[in-house]
Amino acid sequence: MRVAMSSSERVTAALSHREGDRVPLLLPTILQGARVLGMGIERYFSRAEQVVEGQLRLRQRYRGDAVFGFLYAAQEIEAWGGTTVFRDDGPPNAGEPPLRAADLDTVQAPWPQDCSTLLRVLRVIEQLAERLAGEAPVVGMLLSPLSLPVLQLGFERYLDLIYEEPARFERLLRVNEEFCVAWGEAQLAAGAAALVYADPVGSPSILPPALYRRHGFPAACRVHARLAGALVTSHASGRSLSILGDLARTGTLGVQASVHEDLRVLKQACSGRLVVMGNLNAIEMRSWSQAQARARVLEAILKAAPGGGFVLTDNHGEIPWQVPDEVLLAIADAVAEWGRYPIMAR
Amino acid sequence: MAPWDAAVQQAAFEKALLGVDRVALRSLVAELEARPDALRLLEGLLVPVLERIGRGWHEGRVSLAQVYMAGRLCEVELQRLPVVARQSAESAPRLALAVLEDSHLLGMRVVLATLRLAGWPVLSLGRMELEPLVARVKRERISILLVSTLMLPAALQVRSLVDRLREEGLATRVVVGGAPFRFDTELWQEVGADACGSSASDAIGIVRRLSESRA
Repeated sequence: MRVAMSSSERVTAALSHREGDRVPLLLPTILQGARVLGMGIERYFSRAEQVVEGQLRLRQRYRGDAVFGFLYAAQEIEAWGGTTVFRDDGPPNAGEPPLRAADLDTVQAPWPQDCSTLLRVLRVIEQLAERLAGEAPVVGMLLSPLSLPVLQLGFERYLDLIYEEPARFERLLRVNEEFCVAWGEAQLAAGAAALVYADPVGSPSILPPALYRRHGFPAACRVHARLAGALVTSHASGRSLSILGDLARTGTLGVQASVHEDLRVLKQACSGRLVVMGNLNAIEMRSWSQAQARARVLEAILKAAPGGGFVLTDNHGEIPWQVPDEVLLAIADAVAEWGRYPIMAR
Repeated sequence: MAPWDAAVQQAAFEKALLGVDRVALRSLVAELEARPDALRLLEGLLVPVLERIGRGWHEGRVSLAQVYMAGRLCEVELQRLPVVARQSAESAPRLALAVLEDSHLLGMRVVLATLRLAGWPVLSLGRMELEPLVARVKRERISILLVSTLMLPAALQVRSLVDRLREEGLATRVVVGGAPFRFDTELWQEVGADACGSSASDAIGIVRRLSESRA
């Protein structure tokens, strides 16, 4: 019988490729805090205290091993003059891209603390870290220099830039790198124990590996080297397998697995170099029965948990608003039942 | 003039598109231009290769950036060739393409380029909210509506779109695509769509099939 660990100890064991007392569960219930507090999504995100309360209540309800110190994926674009579009039944989305072609030669990285939304994020992290006092890690989020331009320019204009104006593209990457490092440092200083390096464009699903190696990989290496904290990479549902060796050399500790890749194959390929995080299908989850939820958890645990180095989470980084409470509870129950180490074959 | 080996030319065309190799592509276009049956040869080249690239994206061998650039390159470099719509204006179904509730239009642009290159005239509606989209479909007498979505709530909104179209007495066939439908392969049926494409090139076969069943 193993001694029960705190959430922080459990996550640390996984990140160190050891078996803890059980598989850590990270359910990125970011929006659901609004539901537990009985308010709309936009209003919920408007005050740090509400987000803190929501995250703490959600952790208690779903027995997650971390809380999330971020609001929404588009939060960083507000520092660049962008806007956020809220809706009642899903994640806030980035509005019109704020950068024009003419800006690319002169744009400079804004100071994250000059943006009221990012200041609110820092207050969320500070308050969560204080309330949890080391019991569970607070996880922050960084958009990679390679991925931020999707919001800065729009996807098409960004792809055109990558292929047709490599010098201007490279300049934007360098500017974004400064912002990324400053934003990462601020979150770590506020008390984030780990940061998700969100790099969907770095995935081979979006960019050919050769282009990633030429641009995204060096940028990721520099950012990881400059940030004195634990970073894990998310491709936000995108594939990773063909660039795992590169990812390991960036200094990232782990990678979020896509449902389009086999978890067992990915775990073997990571082989002690990278922690595997994943890969419950967050979109399908909306229509799962409780039995299906339990079956998916068991399948993931059997494929990737033995030997440690595995964190059970979704494949994208956000549980949709439409996922029923009983499905999330069934996931938590299944982890408690089947996630205990040593994993027994069933 | 050397004989035209379709398999070799397809492989060269695909390589040029995926590698964003304009020089190779222009050389291939020049070779096509010199042939009396250029249009027939182009048809045998374009659709199979676009479909192969689409399959590659679906299977994880090709990136989204390559799919996008392949469509763009074809639009630019093949412009001077006599790419003529195979469907006459009278017989072609009225096709429209829209993005539901999202400002990210990349998926729509890729599908649009693919369908137009394959010879289908398509009306591009851009980003639309539900009611204006229903009104537009009615006004334009659209028979096949392709809807691109990025976020799950927008994908679920297709259910309301289909219901509203039926309320208006429209028999418009609705084809969906986008990330939510790739991650939940039963979602398209749940929202009442007539078909779902997992890649841009799927749209070619779906439109062909729906227009044949309509005839």
